Amino acid sequence: MDDVIIARSLFGMTMAFHIIFATLGVGIPIMILLAELLYQKTKDHDYAVMAKRWTKGLAVLLGVAIPSGTIAGVQLSLLWPGFMEVIGKVMSLPFQIEIYAFFIEALFMSIYVYAADRISPLMRIVSVFFVALGASASAILITNVHAFEGTPAGFRIENGEIVDVDPWAAFFNPSFFVTAGHVVLSAYMTGAFVLASIAAYQLLRAAQNEQVRRFHQKALKLSLAVGGVFSLLTAINGHESAQLLHQYQPEKLAAAEGLFETQSHAPLAIGGFTDAETQSVKWAIEIPWALSFLAGNRFDTVVKGLNDFPKEWWPPLFVHTLFNAMVGIGMLLLFLSAAALIWQKWLKRPAFPRWLLYGFVAAGPLAVIGIECGWIFACTGRQPWVIYRMMKTEEAVTQTGNLAVLFALFVAIYILLSIAVVLVLRYYFRRHPVADDLRKPPNEGTLPV
Amino acid sequence: MTNELIAITVLWGFIFIYAVMATMDFGAGFWSMVYIHREKANATTIANRYLSPTWEVTNVFIVAIVVALFSFFPGAAFLLGTVLLVPGSIILILLAVRSAFLVFAHVAKEYEKALTYISGITGIIIPALLISVLPITHGEFIDIRKGVPTLNLERFFTNPHAYSFMGFAISSTLFLSSLLLADYSLEAGDREAYRLYRRDAWITGPLSLLMAGCMMLTMRYEAKWLYDKMMEYWPWLIGSVAMFAAAGIALSLPSSRHPHVRGRPRLAVIAIVIQYFLASYAYGKAHLPYMVYPDVTIESAFTHPDTFRALFASYIVGFLILFPGFVYFWRLFMHDKRYVRPK
Repeated sequence: MDDVIIARSLFGMTMAFHIIFATLGVGIPIMILLAELLYQKTKDHDYAVMAKRWTKGLAVLLGVAIPSGTIAGVQLSLLWPGFMEVIGKVMSLPFQIEIYAFFIEALFMSIYVYAADRISPLMRIVSVFFVALGASASAILITNVHAFEGTPAGFRIENGEIVDVDPWAAFFNPSFFVTAGHVVLSAYMTGAFVLASIAAYQLLRAAQNEQVRRFHQKALKLSLAVGGVFSLLTAINGHESAQLLHQYQPEKLAAAEGLFETQSHAPLAIGGFTDAETQSVKWAIEIPWALSFLAGNRFDTVVKGLNDFPKEWWPPLFVHTLFNAMVGIGMLLLFLSAAALIWQKWLKRPAFPRWLLYGFVAAGPLAVIGIECGWIFACTGRQPWVIYRMMKTEEAVTQTGNLAVLFALFVAIYILLSIAVVLVLRYYFRRHPVADDLRKPPNEGTLPV
Repeated sequence: MTNELIAITVLWGFIFIYAVMATMDFGAGFWSMVYIHREKANATTIANRYLSPTWEVTNVFIVAIVVALFSFFPGAAFLLGTVLLVPGSIILILLAVRSAFLVFAHVAKEYEKALTYISGITGIIIPALLISVLPITHGEFIDIRKGVPTLNLERFFTNPHAYSFMGFAISSTLFLSSLLLADYSLEAGDREAYRLYRRDAWITGPLSLLMAGCMMLTMRYEAKWLYDKMMEYWPWLIGSVAMFAAAGIALSLPSSRHPHVRGRPRLAVIAIVIQYFLASYAYGKAHLPYMVYPDVTIESAFTHPDTFRALFASYIVGFLILFPGFVYFWRLFMHDKRYVRPK
């Protein structure tokens, strides 16, 4: 295998691992903040317990999110020195500002966890607000670098030299807001659905006392409400993301949809596999005209097909499947939230039926799979470019060699950390069941970690 | 001051802050491992009490260094990124294991001992690897093969210069952390732990000064250019040794606030931080203008001027926003008796 493939696999694996913890690190603080606010509003002790347990889980997840994020950040320079040279000259602002966001998150996370018993309720809420703010801001800023790779701005390359540098134009590149929005909204959605999964799973288990059951029901309702709102917002924003592709990276949209011929009234292909030989998507369900409408809000929008581009610029065609999986999961989650809403508000049933609870249990893992598919689609769909139409991935890669050994080392470490994090979470929450926390006196706000 | 000098000062500032915070962080992990079997002394508890809220903040600094490096000096980032692939990856793996298991050890109390060993041992290897970046920037271990810069690992691992730096890193880590923990123990009113950590500082302090001497000795043969220039800054080096002596005196004086206790650890900590600051200033100043000798200078590696201006503006805004947060953090964890004193 050549170095580009190994370097991409290594970095891709780092990101695939990190993104799970990073997403939860962005999504869960919002849920903790809401639980804290609900506690202050209702004085219902259950919400304080909820905030406490979610914080405990978050602390363990951050124990992996922070070092894996450090790996991702440093690996950028180690594996892609050519890319980081351009980034350093043109697009270093988001990295720099992200550092401040990290600091805010780290400082206030420690304050929230280790000083909770010594600060006022207001300062507790302020602290957890800053944790959420820092986490979201760092997600927005790092996604901005990803957005820049797709829609570069603020510089030109002339005879191998970087000229006309405008760092703020690079910062506010065309896809910044939509792409960053997509990442943050889907992270809020995923954090909420993962917590919903846990609550639903607990409700499905037999023989719970009434107090514990009520606790999990409250947690489930809160998570589903948040998950529902953000899955709707993610879908709306996803539509804008697709239109952005139509405008700025047409071959990526064409590969996502398996469209070969440029045409108006283009059909939307759902499912199936793109076949380059026959220039079609095999076994797909085609909805006539829908792709044109999605791309430009009009049926006569001309959507560019892959044949308009040289073949060496084509992204890998399997991205069609990733794109479908991402959109499909998003729709399914939206449907699940709608089902929950209908059940509760219109049918006014007190508890969810078991079949729906099974659906909620699946929601968290599905959301994480959706995030993974989305990221792999976004990064693989940009190939062969690392910076769209500016720099090829193979030009950016390190020349050092020895990558296969490092790949094996990092695989081992990610497996070790994955196993350890699952064991530690299981161990802790088995040792400290909800019932114990609910029995404790309500005014005890301590979170000894 | 030129833009390049401002940038390298900021970068060096981050490195210095990280070096101090990280030695305390890694050292505290090590000491909590060493004293874990002593049932009576609270030495481990005190180390953990310091470590728990600070490791995340410390970790941000290492990311800040990497970001400052490639944003201010993209030209150096290319060379360093290429030659540091292997050592950098090993550092990353150890850092990941350490941070994760540090958190896990606090959550899963029954496995605390085994997990504390992992974070304690990795914590002592990481500083040795981190500091090896410095001798690598002296240039002697970098070969150009087929136009690609590569790190000659064989020469690196058979060279006394590399080992003297590593020895210095390890002894300094133990020295700074034991001194800080001595101060923290006294603040917590735990005399037993204070005595332990004060004794450790007495042993590791002279050891680290000895290692610094070894470092200068090997530098004289392996990086003559740097040695000669460092000697031009001899007043800084003398000042550094003088601060070391001052710390020794501070540790011997009777305490002003605690009767029957010998030593003023707060004063000693301040003196030692100044000691390391003076020495690192002399080293850094002598290193200039080279970032990686002899190919990369701060001028040749410098970023685009417009990017520098934007970054610099962001530094000022960032500092103004973060400063109150740091003050609040300090007051809650370093100064609040309710936290510092174990129940």
